Amino acid sequence: MLRVRRILESDHVAGWAFAFPAVFLIFLFGLVPVAWSALLSFQQTNLISPPKWIGLANYRALAHDPLFAQSVEHSLVYTALFVPLSVVGGLLTAVALNRNIRGIRFYRLAVFVPVVLSTIATAIMFLWLLDPNFGLVNFLLSKVGLGPYGFFDSINGALYTIVGMTVWGWIGFDVIVYLAALQGIPRTLIEAAEIDGARSWSMFRNITVPLLGPATLFLVVWSSINALQLFDEVYFLTKGGPGTATYVVVYYLYSLAFSQGIAGYAAAIAYVLLVAILALTLIQLWIGRRLVYYAS
Amino acid sequence: MTTQILAQTGRPAREEEEREPSRFLFSPWHLVLIPIAVVMLIPMAWMLVTSLETLNETRHFPPVLLPHTLAPGNYAAVLQQAPFARWFVNTMIVTVATVAGNLLFCSLAGYAFARIKFFGREVVFILLLATLMIPFQVVMIPTFIIVKDLGLINTLNALIVPNLANAFGVFLLRQFFRTLPVELEEAARIDGASRLSVLFKIVLPLSGPVLATLAVITFLWTWNDFLWPLITIYSPNNMTLQLGLTTFQGTHQTATNLLMAANVMSMLPVLLLFFLAQRWFIRGIATSGLKG
Repeated sequence: MLRVRRILESDHVAGWAFAFPAVFLIFLFGLVPVAWSALLSFQQTNLISPPKWIGLANYRALAHDPLFAQSVEHSLVYTALFVPLSVVGGLLTAVALNRNIRGIRFYRLAVFVPVVLSTIATAIMFLWLLDPNFGLVNFLLSKVGLGPYGFFDSINGALYTIVGMTVWGWIGFDVIVYLAALQGIPRTLIEAAEIDGARSWSMFRNITVPLLGPATLFLVVWSSINALQLFDEVYFLTKGGPGTATYVVVYYLYSLAFSQGIAGYAAAIAYVLLVAILALTLIQLWIGRRLVYYAS
Repeated sequence: MTTQILAQTGRPAREEEEREPSRFLFSPWHLVLIPIAVVMLIPMAWMLVTSLETLNETRHFPPVLLPHTLAPGNYAAVLQQAPFARWFVNTMIVTVATVAGNLLFCSLAGYAFARIKFFGREVVFILLLATLMIPFQVVMIPTFIIVKDLGLINTLNALIVPNLANAFGVFLLRQFFRTLPVELEEAARIDGASRLSVLFKIVLPLSGPVLATLAVITFLWTWNDFLWPLITIYSPNNMTLQLGLTTFQGTHQTATNLLMAANVMSMLPVLLLFFLAQRWFIRGIATSGLKG
């Protein structure tokens, strides 16, 4: 009896009792599916009839799938534009906002608010703002003799329009991270540079930017991961169109798995995405280790 | 250079002076900041204006920038024409349940990983962290199968149950609990308090800021989530706002004023929370990468 009580009161039982609900949920819905997905990627399955083992056939098929190649290309173009635009834009905006002038709280609020809006809510606003017939932007452009532009309806412009819209929605995130980092820069450093006669551009270039290195690395990694997972806006605004102009990897994956029921093939795409994201992150961290200066 | 930097330290008085806003001089930075603010605010302002226009005004070119008569009836019309109130309540239920689940389960697990030495702790913790590296799309298909096998598809539980705990939350709380002085907890244990009462009576009351951060992040994630509800919910009556809005847009493509009114209403809770709890939002965003 005493032994049973001792076991029940031991740290092992208490620890597991505390950790179990969260660990169980996270393993069941977050870890088991990782292995399961790997299995699916070697199968031919539509989630209803029994799966058939086909080895690497899904991966081999991916290599010759023109729509997958297009989706990868669009995802890469989107990422290559979105990441620098939002990070550099966020840096410049944060520097402009990092001063104590009248109305600064209002300016900051204006930049922060889009961060809390959902992708769908933002997309609805821009759909109307960029409407080809009655939209405000085409009206303003017509005032200077341009347009009308189709924006989301345009084969050549839809992907770039999505880039612009998502930069609008994300830039506040970069600004918040940069403002926190800027406020961590010791004033004494700025003052010393001023006394040395540094001009503001050279101060920005040689002091501010290097000291913001860790924040920049974080934002580049984080924005890239999210950019490669672009989905909501494409699903809602363009359905991959016009034609296949905005097919991106996750949209293709979704339409295969949940519209066409080709789950095994979709799982193979998910694994390619996972490897691509991990590889890109590691490369960025490796380059970052060489470039980023850590003050502490 | 280094000596110069050192020589400049220890002058807090001047720092204080410089923090005073220069109220009487017009700073040239306004010329930069006003255009930025305009670009950020125009999409929202234009949505708000359109939500108060009549249908004819929305179909006018050049666009009506200031409606002649305000039409707040659009908001009531949305509530009548779509199960909008239902979506709102559904989203609220899912969000509140998810936030509550995360606060409870992540606190329990975070405390165990921070303070209790149990068998397998290190391995399990590393596996938890590993799940943070996995993009959702990788687990999406099997998670869908699991939820389907549990019979939860097309119910609000499909949205709640898989998200009741989150590895990020466990990690966040564990890191914070480890910074608390352990002596207080040990003293309470010696006085005969159980681990549960130590957690609830000593640790959690000291953890207000980090719990607020977790609550706010979870609220935003859940309220704005789209892909998972898209996969698991198909009946209009069980939809969340984000999903409902897309079907509303499909059926009311031409009634832009109603669509904008619906959009404004769908944003109100997160905006309200943002204004009330700005500090926790900023902290949450800065510590976590909350969007997406």
